Amino acid sequence: MWDTIFPYLLSGISVGGQYALIAIGYTMVYGILRLINFAHGDVFMVSAIIMVYIMASGLPMWICIPLVLLITVAIGFLIERAAYKPLRSAPRMSVMISAIGVSYTLQNLVLYITGGLNKQYPTIPWISDTMQIGAAKTKIVTVVTPFLVILLVVALVLLINRTKIGMAMRAVSKDFETSQLMGIKINNVISATFIIGSFLAGVGSILFFTNYPTVIQTSGAMPGLKAFVAAVFGGIGSIPGAVIGAFIIGIMENIIKGLDVILFKLGVIQAPLGLATFSDAFTFALLIVILVVKPSGLFGEKVTDKV
Amino acid sequence: MNQKKSKKPMIISLCLIAAVYIGVFIAEQFIPQQSMLFIVLKKGAVYALVAVSMNLLNGFTGIFSLGQAGFMLVGAYVYGIFTIPVAERMNVYQYFDGGLVQFTVPVIIAMIFSGLAAALFAFLIGLPVLRLKSDYLAIATLGFAEIIRAIFQWNGLGRITNSSNMLNMFPTFNDFNILGPDGKVTVYLSTLIPFIMAGVCILLIVLLINSTYGRALKAIRDDEVAAEAMGINLAHHKRLAFCVSSFFAGVGGAMLAMYQTTVQAKSFTSAMTYEILLIVVIGGIGSVTGSVLSSFLFVACSEWWLRFLDEKQIIGNFEVPLLRIGFRMVVFSVIIMIVVLFFRKGIMGDKELPDLLSRSRKAKGRAGK
Repeated sequence: MWDTIFPYLLSGISVGGQYALIAIGYTMVYGILRLINFAHGDVFMVSAIIMVYIMASGLPMWICIPLVLLITVAIGFLIERAAYKPLRSAPRMSVMISAIGVSYTLQNLVLYITGGLNKQYPTIPWISDTMQIGAAKTKIVTVVTPFLVILLVVALVLLINRTKIGMAMRAVSKDFETSQLMGIKINNVISATFIIGSFLAGVGSILFFTNYPTVIQTSGAMPGLKAFVAAVFGGIGSIPGAVIGAFIIGIMENIIKGLDVILFKLGVIQAPLGLATFSDAFTFALLIVILVVKPSGLFGEKVTDKV
Repeated sequence: MNQKKSKKPMIISLCLIAAVYIGVFIAEQFIPQQSMLFIVLKKGAVYALVAVSMNLLNGFTGIFSLGQAGFMLVGAYVYGIFTIPVAERMNVYQYFDGGLVQFTVPVIIAMIFSGLAAALFAFLIGLPVLRLKSDYLAIATLGFAEIIRAIFQWNGLGRITNSSNMLNMFPTFNDFNILGPDGKVTVYLSTLIPFIMAGVCILLIVLLINSTYGRALKAIRDDEVAAEAMGINLAHHKRLAFCVSSFFAGVGGAMLAMYQTTVQAKSFTSAMTYEILLIVVIGGIGSVTGSVLSSFLFVACSEWWLRFLDEKQIIGNFEVPLLRIGFRMVVFSVIIMIVVLFFRKGIMGDKELPDLLSRSRKAKGRAGK
């Protein structure tokens, strides 16, 4: 039985780690701006597209990866400056609509550049190699992902708890206006948030697309939404919450994908039920359950609206 | 509120709308059917209805819902399931022994079924979801739309929904044309009928907005707490708005099915909801006229007027750079971003057609502002 479940568990952990990297971007932006950055999933996708084109130019690997991350960060920064900053004093709904507009624009831009074709994601040496763990054969990236994620999260938590900019971020997320009065440069803090978020999304995209080798303009939408669900699940605004939520969602999703096979091998069912269709739906069902039962998520703080 | 408001602008607006309908009817008889104009008009009418139904929620009630594509999917499927001719079912449901439903109902009744089914889904979804606030509600409705999509694609329901295969062969807009005895079309109605369908539905929504219920909804939008203090039952009114909006989204979905001639669950993605939301924003959140106008503009731009951007253009000896497949959508999305960022009121703000026509509108000042 363990041999049947293990491969799904393994890929679940890996996908969960990749969602975690995206989810951190959502949760940080939401913590500070109270904005669901619908374009975040598309930044993730654009990062993959940039990797495709930069690798095609023949630059060596050790230049390519930093360059891709740099461009991704620049895109995240520019999006905030161009599309969210002008709406700082507007109602929240307008900013959310603007985020949807950015997502639409990025997708159409990529559609134009690629001609709407699936692009083959380049093979990155070492992490694309296959290896054998127990009964499962998998790419090295699957094993590397969770460790890398934990490393990055620890670094991020240190950044937030120990540095000046981190302290500013915490202050801004507690109270936007008061922190402004205390002399915190809000715009710098928000930019820093978007830069960190985009950086992690860039790293996430390298890991994610090494396993799913093609990129198209819509491939960011679903991982983006799921990462957001993970952020809500863990309690929006909380980084450890987002990471744990992402791992839970990644694992559950992959188990459901393999549920037919698992149940079949265990002799519970005689014919496949086609349950794999529900792997995406499950994530959203989980979202709705958590929103109804405990809207603040696993680790979120309870917020009350004042009249 | 404004008892002395003259009836004149209202009458002029009605005349204008009637003129549009007559114009459509005449154009249809004389302009060849293959013209882009009719594609734009048909699709525009469908989108107008869906956009207005979304506006009822987002603009008039202040519920930021992103579930529109899901309700359209329900509507489109219900329409398809009840109208595919029995003789064709063996072909359509070829993997499911002809399917479970072995009868058909008239088109109009099927459309009402579509609406009712969508409203039923909305009622059930609304039970947990409507308790949530702003962006949580948005993401939860978006999630439900995805769940509905997954359910309709599930193999287990294949005998009803045809799993992930498409439904087709049901009556489309072209079947409304009146045929002469020799099988040739004598009177073209394939554009007028969708216009009438959308028109009737939008009229019903407008009547709702202008009723006591509508005023209660606007009060909820402006300030929930104050509205509740005034004795408005929040849960009841929100549920009403959600179900009514979904009813018309379902009817809109049935019309979309007729327009597309095929239905497949995988095309009703969140991207479709976003598109409709952008239409509402461009038209002006809280204006029915705006939503209708911008639907036609949106469809015309994306299908017709900006089409030249997708092809090579040579002026003299100069080949215009950048033009190739997809450039149209880039230009289009940039225009949308400009509207979203700098013209947040959209085309109409919260004004309606009669407001535009009454000359003394500045002097009157708008109540509620």
